[in-house]
Amino acid sequence: MDESSSPSVTPETTNGLSKKKSSSWASSLVVPLLAVFTALVIGALLIAFTDPVVLDAWRHFFSDPMGALAATWNSIAVAYGALLSGSLGLVEIWKALGVWLHGGGAEALSVALVPISESLTASVPFIFAGLAVALGFQGGLFNIGAEGQLLVGALAAVYVGYNFPGLPIYIHLPMAIMAGFIGGAIWGAIPGLLKAYTGGHEVITTIMMNWIIISISAWLLKVGGPMSRGDLPITPEVLPSAQIPQLFSTQGNRFHGGFFLALVAAFLVYWLLYKSIKGFEIRMLGANFKAAVYSGINVKHLWVFVMALSGALAGMAGTVQALAIDRWVGMGFSGGMGFDSIALALLGRSHPLGVVLAALLFGTLRNGATRMQSVARIPIDIITIIQALVIVFIAAPEIIRWLYRLRQPEGEEAPIFTTSWGS
Amino acid sequence: MAPVLELRNITKRFPGVLANDHINLRLEEGEILALLGENGAGKSTLMNILYGLYEPDEGEIFIRGQKVAIEGPADAIRQGIGMVHQHFMLIPVLTVTENVMLGDESVKTPVRILKRDEVAARIRELSERHGLHVDPDAKVQSLSVGVRQRVEIIKVLYRNANILILDEPTAVLTPQEADELFSILRSLREQGVSIIFISHKLREVLELADRVMVIRRGKVVGETQTADADQAQLAEMMVGRQVALTVDKGPAHVGDAVLKIENLYVMDDRFQMAVDGVSLEVHAGEVLGIAGVQGNGQTEFVEALTGLRQVRAGQVTIEGKDITNATPRDLVEAGVAHIPEDRQSDGLVLRFPVADNFVINTYYKPPFAKGWRINREAIDEQAERLIKDFDIRTPSAYVPVSNLSGGNQQKVIVAREFSRPIKLLVANQPTRGLDVGSIEYIHQQLINKRDAGVAVLLVSAELDEIMGLSDRIAVMFHGKITAIVDAATVSKEQVGLMMAGSSLEDALKQAPSRSDTPIEAVL
Repeated sequence: MDESSSPSVTPETTNGLSKKKSSSWASSLVVPLLAVFTALVIGALLIAFTDPVVLDAWRHFFSDPMGALAATWNSIAVAYGALLSGSLGLVEIWKALGVWLHGGGAEALSVALVPISESLTASVPFIFAGLAVALGFQGGLFNIGAEGQLLVGALAAVYVGYNFPGLPIYIHLPMAIMAGFIGGAIWGAIPGLLKAYTGGHEVITTIMMNWIIISISAWLLKVGGPMSRGDLPITPEVLPSAQIPQLFSTQGNRFHGGFFLALVAAFLVYWLLYKSIKGFEIRMLGANFKAAVYSGINVKHLWVFVMALSGALAGMAGTVQALAIDRWVGMGFSGGMGFDSIALALLGRSHPLGVVLAALLFGTLRNGATRMQSVARIPIDIITIIQALVIVFIAAPEIIRWLYRLRQPEGEEAPIFTTSWGS
Repeated sequence: MAPVLELRNITKRFPGVLANDHINLRLEEGEILALLGENGAGKSTLMNILYGLYEPDEGEIFIRGQKVAIEGPADAIRQGIGMVHQHFMLIPVLTVTENVMLGDESVKTPVRILKRDEVAARIRELSERHGLHVDPDAKVQSLSVGVRQRVEIIKVLYRNANILILDEPTAVLTPQEADELFSILRSLREQGVSIIFISHKLREVLELADRVMVIRRGKVVGETQTADADQAQLAEMMVGRQVALTVDKGPAHVGDAVLKIENLYVMDDRFQMAVDGVSLEVHAGEVLGIAGVQGNGQTEFVEALTGLRQVRAGQVTIEGKDITNATPRDLVEAGVAHIPEDRQSDGLVLRFPVADNFVINTYYKPPFAKGWRINREAIDEQAERLIKDFDIRTPSAYVPVSNLSGGNQQKVIVAREFSRPIKLLVANQPTRGLDVGSIEYIHQQLINKRDAGVAVLLVSAELDEIMGLSDRIAVMFHGKITAIVDAATVSKEQVGLMMAGSSLEDALKQAPSRSDTPIEAVL
């Protein structure tokens, strides 16, 4: 540690107990924001320079420079315009509000609200999965198993959901949700137990667990398998008494109660980490393993607890998605969400609030990408590239700092990664 | 002739503090200059400016009369400046040769091949010339701390440094390794290398350096030839007031035995018996000092007493209660306090704020815990109180404790351990890496506790510290206790001999005691 960077302060200025968490709060927003911005800029360039119209215009740059620039701008504007209108649709909302206020009825408004509400809906599983990975990071654990844990959660929830007919919704639905929670918890606890009692590193074990459940689900879901519908390799539909209700009847608006469940979960994770004793222990374990042992924490128990809770949260991502939107589970259910959640946790700096914001961003981008694909014919992979660039910039913040000539503020905390490599 | 290095008017400001205030420094060719100062005085900042890690706000650097601009370590290295940091920058899994090559790989051909043999040969040559015996093919992780430091010096010499900066070089060395380092540095000086070293240790500064410059609160407050100075003078310059170099301690009021250790056997990580049948007692109101060169089992001994390592055989009791293999938490409950050897890795959570570090072993109990919640108000109240009572210098209770200087970090640990009633205090190298003012403070705290009736077990590689604080001294050698003697009558030479392996009888024969009273092994 560099002794010289600590100020030698005169007695009069010491001992002030200002509780504000210093300016690192504001500065820790700067890098993520710039990371997203930079990724979007690079995405824009990719969009433009994979567009044949733009490439053509640039071939004639010297005869018509303005034409080339105009074509580039046009291509990007159409694409990002579609992204924005598909994900947020603010212009339409504004117009529809006008209609409604002038007594023209509310239908236009409910249609105009569909994009933004779909964005919120898309962000729900991201919130849960991001919380799962962030919790792991806070405890010094690298949970790559969110992908598998969410599948287990979904399968368990759906199993309870399509069995047990005749139960009222206020019993059946909580049962199904509990099943998903517990399923994910078990799938997360196993790597936790392995780490505690054999030293097996969770990166390896969670990845293996992912493969295991994918294979198991192939067998469960195949035509004729125990959980299959019979004619197709998917589960039967979840009974209405176990479905999470969608709150709007407008066509295409799938906003559901799970969104509020996700916010509650984020609040609970926040409370756990920053207000409870358990959370104090978890953060200590993640910050300094030796000090945690020295302070008397039962490290093995805590590892299992964190992995189980992390798995449960990931399981909830699958549960909520299955019970609210799809209402059945098939192969490819998760669509790589488990891995995206790692990027989310990093972008949100492992803080629950950051995770929620990052999830909202990712959900919005995902939602908008569909429209971008249909309207501007931009392949959906551009969004994947943008998300991947965000991860790169967060993991290597020096790139952003160098690009924008930012100084590293003194005493800034690095994003919380696992500290358990090599220990 | 121009001095080999001159810093003129160097000024550096950080938010809220003037770290270097128009400092002028001159280094002559072939001279060893010591930079002395308390933690936070600004000496590391100054050297970091010289090495290009910081840019000064004002001031200039001249090398052999030429003004130079140093914008990064690469420039500094080009100018012949090399720095050996207190915390080594070596990669354990690579060999010595690979570590030396890092950043300066000998790539001479268009197809970039690593020229390990050339580098290894050059290392052997430097090694020979300067008495820095190192095997170029050894993996760094297999080397002891003293040898690793030699690798750092070779790294620097390999890049043709003729101005060497060493930051607290003896902080991590045993007394023997320190002596070896000094002879290496003297031999480098004979060969024309100019050396600046940063230190807190007054005795070493007087022993090694030709000249010493004292920095306090960012300013140079004194400069003198070491031949003309003594420790008390230097300490006074450093701190600005008279400093007690030996602690003022009255006679001990010794009570009953608090800690009883019987036939303790503890294994180390390599399955060797590090503690080989140790029995001793520590009484209330006394300080028992364990003297010994590091590596004779002290670390494992303390780990066994503080719940961090399993005991192979034997029994440990506190006031009759068996605490053999108790968990750290049980020990806290039993009234044991521990000041660990490595404050940053064991004793503190660097990322956490100061206030939280005060509760890392009490957070789970009232008043800090209320059911499942953490009681922030109670934590704040204690933090305020402890910061005031122990005069801990920190901008607030909520900065990460990593921002504090080493001395203040140690104060956080001491304040924490002393904030609850204790029966036994185990202090392991409590003043390692600290400046004179902090050392004085910690020593006084240890004596205060002893006078309040606490049993104090002090383990230290600093013989002066053991001699100054202890009432009885136990010498540990190869995992066994050679003898336990009365501190008032045994002499430093006698203890030194026992630390090196002599038996009590031989030590008594070979070196004179401090008084005529015959010394008996006091158990």
